Amino acid sequence: MKKKPVAVTLNHNPLLKRDLPAWRARIVLLGLMGCSLALVARAAWLQGFNKDFLQAQGESRYARVLEVPATRGRITDRNGDILAVSTPVRSIWAIPGDARLSPADARALAGLLGMNVNDLNNRLGSARDFVYLRRQLAPDVAQRIADLRLPGIHQQQEYRRFYPGGEMMAHILGFTGIDDRGQEGIELAFDGSLAGKPGARRVIRDRRGQVVEDVESIRPPRDGEDLALSIDGKLQFLAYSALRDAMEQHKAKAGAVVVLDARTGEVLALANAPTFNPNNRAALSGAQLRNRVITDTFEPGSTMKPFIAALAIEQGRVTPATAIDTHNGRMALGRATISDTSRHEVLTVAEVIQKSSNVGTVKMALDFPAETMWAFYDALGFGSPLRLGFPGEASGRLRPARDWRQIEQATMSYGYGLSVTLAQLARAYLVFARDGELLPLSLVRQEGLQKAGRRVLSPDTAREMRTMLEMAAGPGGTAPRAQVPGYRVAGKSGTAHKLEGGRYTNRYVSSFVGFAPASSPRLVVAVMIDEPDGGQHFGGAVAAPVFARITEGALRTLGVAPDMPLTPLRTASRPAGEAL
Amino acid sequence: MTDQRFHPVNLLRGFVRPVDPVLLAILAVLLSAGYLLMLSASPERAHNQMVNTGVALCAMWAAARLPPQRLMSLAVPLYLLGVVLLIGVAAFGETSKGAKRWLDIGVTRIQPSELMKIAMPLMLAWYFQQREGAINLRTFIVAAALLAVPVALIVTQPDLGTSLLVAAAGMYVIFFAGLSWKLIIPVALLGVVGLGSIVVFGDQLCQPDTEWYALREYQKQRVCTLLDPTRDPLGKGFHIIQSTIAIGSGGVWGKGWMEGTQTHLSFIPERHTDFIFSVLAEEFGLVGTLALLAVYVLLLVRGFVIALRAPTLATRLLAGAITMVFFTYAFVNMGMVSGILPVVGVPLPFISYGGTALVTLCLGVGILMSIHRHRGNAHD
Repeated sequence: MKKKPVAVTLNHNPLLKRDLPAWRARIVLLGLMGCSLALVARAAWLQGFNKDFLQAQGESRYARVLEVPATRGRITDRNGDILAVSTPVRSIWAIPGDARLSPADARALAGLLGMNVNDLNNRLGSARDFVYLRRQLAPDVAQRIADLRLPGIHQQQEYRRFYPGGEMMAHILGFTGIDDRGQEGIELAFDGSLAGKPGARRVIRDRRGQVVEDVESIRPPRDGEDLALSIDGKLQFLAYSALRDAMEQHKAKAGAVVVLDARTGEVLALANAPTFNPNNRAALSGAQLRNRVITDTFEPGSTMKPFIAALAIEQGRVTPATAIDTHNGRMALGRATISDTSRHEVLTVAEVIQKSSNVGTVKMALDFPAETMWAFYDALGFGSPLRLGFPGEASGRLRPARDWRQIEQATMSYGYGLSVTLAQLARAYLVFARDGELLPLSLVRQEGLQKAGRRVLSPDTAREMRTMLEMAAGPGGTAPRAQVPGYRVAGKSGTAHKLEGGRYTNRYVSSFVGFAPASSPRLVVAVMIDEPDGGQHFGGAVAAPVFARITEGALRTLGVAPDMPLTPLRTASRPAGEAL
Repeated sequence: MTDQRFHPVNLLRGFVRPVDPVLLAILAVLLSAGYLLMLSASPERAHNQMVNTGVALCAMWAAARLPPQRLMSLAVPLYLLGVVLLIGVAAFGETSKGAKRWLDIGVTRIQPSELMKIAMPLMLAWYFQQREGAINLRTFIVAAALLAVPVALIVTQPDLGTSLLVAAAGMYVIFFAGLSWKLIIPVALLGVVGLGSIVVFGDQLCQPDTEWYALREYQKQRVCTLLDPTRDPLGKGFHIIQSTIAIGSGGVWGKGWMEGTQTHLSFIPERHTDFIFSVLAEEFGLVGTLALLAVYVLLLVRGFVIALRAPTLATRLLAGAITMVFFTYAFVNMGMVSGILPVVGVPLPFISYGGTALVTLCLGVGILMSIHRHRGNAHD
């Protein structure tokens, strides 16, 4: 019974005997063999021939090189006070597909994120694989979120830049973007050294992106270098508040101030108006962002006149006492007429500067070949960028001498037909303050006090010019309101018509550039007020008082010894001299 | 006599007698492999799977004890129970991952479609046995109707994979029962032409706005994904790409048990159920893959030996069909995980996690054992 051969069993059913043994069985067998062979072939293909490629693919799915962020360097003023610092923050992000939150969890998370629960649920309902829930969250709040241990909710370490000085420092510092890279100002100019180099670690991550194993450190992060600016926080505050008050008083469109250390060429203060709060840049306009001291040019007007006098003295053509006939303030030159605001018959060279006579200046200027005058302006740095490394620095406009017509040479002597930045103008005044030497400017703190500059004028000429400029800022000059109790000051005002659409309008740029103490200059201060609209527009009336306020405060802050007794210098009734 | 019957040796003998040692050995290898893989893929489920295995072995023993005649008498009730449960699923089923497949019967959740994988061939085998000697075209039409009802119910869950397997189980019975080649060849030709045109015109057919007649969007997606897994690497193609990578990274010798990176870093989806084959392939390499395939082939051979020795038409049809079902399961699962078949949600027999499937499969083994033990009782 038991050992019955197979064929016998098949005999039970005539149907099966007829059909199965022959074709059906073979077909079935063939089919099964085919299927098995297909699987074997597929396995050999994947695990034998394609092994290397697939292993590499597999590795690329779990091996990751993680970036370890470097801390961005701090920016300080020259005294070490912090102007910009990076604080650690965390960004919260989610994989919506993994984030299945109970309503209670969602409420807790929304509360910590400071979001509406519906907004949170909308974001988590997104079809994307990655959404930011909140960027730059304070670390303690982020920790409380981490403690909730919610699925699909992740964090990443980031840094946020904070500017304690707020809008006072905005234009010098600029700011960084959300990825902590510099976008404007010093932050951009020095981004390379401030940013540092992120480190890298090799890690193993699972499919949800969680690091499950820290394999090795490829390189440690190199933190950014700290940067000490030449700016002095106290002087900056003085400059900023003086400018802000002047803007209000004169209803001006814009304004700028720069304070230089005459000994080193360092920029001690640099302020612009309008300004912005770098910690909250939600609604910024282009006007707020502009660093007018460095990136904007204007026609300087009378503040250029002392350079012509200096060149004439340097070349031995005149002395301060040489008399010049100013023809009662009118002079015809071709079809044009040059005129003075206050008219005089004969003035000495010193008086031409003191009274700001256009005619007197033009008569001196037209004695030089155009090339000589151009070469001197060029030596003073006009028409070339300052190379501070500051983004968007303007070079100003100084056309080559061979194109100059006579009338152009004439107007250029009193500051029309060329354009400069306020920083260039302030720097050029260093030749008077420094016995004829010109220094490169610096926004970064310099080590060592005294610097040898490039000689442009002889020390004698510079001394004589200082005396002249002291007169110009004195009782008989155009800007007596530049006076500072206790210190002798020197400087020159300027009031230039603005050029719009090829025509000069009755809108003005009022300026004053000066230095103090006149006996041994320590500071050069330049002030520019754009379109004052408060009833006054002369540089001596609008810009000179700003100069006085900044200079007085700055000299006292720096502890500079007074070079003059503290007595009233002018009677209150005397009106300010006026000049064009 | 009574003493003799309750003597421990005789008790043990009575307990062991229904069990076929060859099948049991094959089963032991598969179940042990499954447990090892479960420890690696999803250790927290290993204990549960142990319990499932225990229940399944009891079911196997119970089925093995019953003579085939008793089994045959269960065919109609089981079939009807399955159909009723499937209707119950359609009416009260629980929805999980977009499909209604589960029925909560109080104690536990069951998947009635799994039951159908055994009940279906049993029913058809019983039916052909009834018609033995008078099998004609009408017999096949009735058989086709018996097959169509549960398959249609499962397709609408929707569960294409299981319905295909249930259909296949029934088709094997019909095929072995001697369905005329005149009917088989046209159907087979239709299938070949259909598959061929999908492969050739895949690009046009898979355009997002092309609708496929009678197939659901997700089924179309699965076929299209097979044609080009990189079409949607983060979505539908993710499973195939990840499992192909896992299989390939195993290489010839594998990365070693518990060492599979793709497994342990959660890159393999569904790694404890349908995709457990890729865990095996990654950790045990080509060697492991071929070994598993060899064990399934042994199971197949043993099943066919039992079928050939079976005494009656019904038992022969049943044994052949069950054996074919085992192999189909294994082939479809390994095929889809290694990327030569579309992803149709078929577990790897005896290895994937899941209680209902394991109990069903072991019932099938029990039936084979029973047929084998009663191979000499043809004239009872």
